[in-house]
Amino acid sequence: MRVEARNLHVRLKAREVLAGLDFAAQAGELTAVIGPNGAGKTTLLRALAGLLPPAAGAASLDGRAVAEWPPRELARALAYLPQERIVHWALTARAVVALGRLPYRPMGAGESAADARAIDAALAATDVAHLQDRPVLEISGGERARVLVARALAQQPRALLADEPAAGLDPAHQLTLFAHLSKLAAGGRTVVVALHDLSLAARFCHRIVLMQAGRLVAAGAPEDVLTGEHLAAAYGIKARFVQVEGVPIVLPLEVLP
Amino acid sequence: MTSEAGVKPGKRALPLLSVLAGLAVVAFLLSLATGPSGFGFSLRGEAGAIIFKEIRLPRAILGALVGGALGLSGAALQGYLRNPLAEPSLVGVSGGAALGAVLAIHLGLAAAFAFALPLGGLAGAAVAMLAVVALAGVHGGPVTLILAGLAVSAIATALISLALNLSQNPFAAVEMVLWMMGSLTDRSLTQVWLAAPLILLGMALLLGVGRALDALTLGEDAAASLGIDLARTRLAVVGGTALSVGAATAVTGIIGFVGLLVPHLLRPFAGHRPGLLLPASMLGGATMLLLADVALRLIQPWVELRIGVLTALIGAPFFVWLVLKTRAELAP
Repeated sequence: MRVEARNLHVRLKAREVLAGLDFAAQAGELTAVIGPNGAGKTTLLRALAGLLPPAAGAASLDGRAVAEWPPRELARALAYLPQERIVHWALTARAVVALGRLPYRPMGAGESAADARAIDAALAATDVAHLQDRPVLEISGGERARVLVARALAQQPRALLADEPAAGLDPAHQLTLFAHLSKLAAGGRTVVVALHDLSLAARFCHRIVLMQAGRLVAAGAPEDVLTGEHLAAAYGIKARFVQVEGVPIVLPLEVLP
Repeated sequence: MTSEAGVKPGKRALPLLSVLAGLAVVAFLLSLATGPSGFGFSLRGEAGAIIFKEIRLPRAILGALVGGALGLSGAALQGYLRNPLAEPSLVGVSGGAALGAVLAIHLGLAAAFAFALPLGGLAGAAVAMLAVVALAGVHGGPVTLILAGLAVSAIATALISLALNLSQNPFAAVEMVLWMMGSLTDRSLTQVWLAAPLILLGMALLLGVGRALDALTLGEDAAASLGIDLARTRLAVVGGTALSVGAATAVTGIIGFVGLLVPHLLRPFAGHRPGLLLPASMLGGATMLLLADVALRLIQPWVELRIGVLTALIGAPFFVWLVLKTRAELAP
């Protein structure tokens, strides 16, 4: 599924957060959206998910404007994982993950066999199956983050938009999460993540989109985007792109004056 | 109770709702069987039949409907606002209904024709709902809805005070105050038929938002991305509450705490799922109000209480308990 934005303008209150952005993510690719705080990464993801109306331009899925998709069909095609890890009630982890099946469930129907399989697979993928009967408000923040990722996976979307899915996760779970996202992409899904961890972006993502102040700075393969020049322009830092045992790493050295 | 190993969330629904439905039926039968003319269903003679049909039946039907409406709308509002302290009076419709009824008494309409009182209540509830929706908007978060409800309630309270203040007739003033305490007594089947369709329509609207409330557990963005229409959910919650609680209040007066208490008590049994809590609280609310009304008739030989007073007497200490529980949970 092709996730695309053309000349996308989004205003929040009177402020223009996205100022004519072009963006495209393809099936089979893991795409990272990076940029400093306030660059508009979350706004881009929300607009792509159809949660914010564009002031001008358009966001589309497979060439059809997001706003024109019937809501339930859209919810089966695309999953959006917000940055805030909100769970308001003391549901069990499994009940939270089961919410990902809502777009598939006719009104009033219980959990089908297909639902149960998708939920079990999602719980296993993020290593939270052992927590499934615990209330989510009682487990740790990182565990809750993994449960919420599992909710989006249970939705079995063709495109997944995840806002900072690895924030607050320990290194082992960061690596397994990204390995799983890579696997989803390899299986033909479109995966877009907003990220602050440039090394994770460099290591796992096929394409990187670097934004600043609602505009595109650079887009392309990690080695083309994560250059000293681009990082200086977007983040105002001096950084080095190095390889350790064949693994690419972006090392921020200092803040530029 | 918050988790049972190996129990899938869907498996909890049927036994819970069956038990609650059973309790509601028992409470309904108890309510039918209780009264000053004796316990049981076989009241003798023509008088007995009249007592049964004209007094006990409307009272039991009304108790079930009004209790169900209060419990259900309390659960819906708590789920929609994601706030365990929300209750039906929060959205201003009970205040509006009270104002409408008080005005009907104040202007002498209630004395002129009997149905002016419930009709005034209905009109008040409708006006309050329209005012709340106009103030809070169709799109918007829980906060605007709470603020709009508080504003409309405050206006209604101010105008009720004004009506009491200006009341020349002490009997009218007493009637207004008593009406606001809430009561199920001396209601005819005609009044039941007036309120029932509106209450049932409101209940249907509220029962339809279960999926949306489940999804809202994850916040508004996640819910919308799961295909939930947030604007429609908002209108269904406010409209459903206005219809069911507005119509209930118009016929019985203000009955507090049922809408707060029942969802709270049942939430752990529903696995904290706001969708399942809706039908559970409807059945639980009906049971609670019917039983409170039975208790009222049992203590009647010694003290005559109004049901709104009894629910407040039970509900207020519950609030104290809630404070202590919250304090214990927040303690380091």
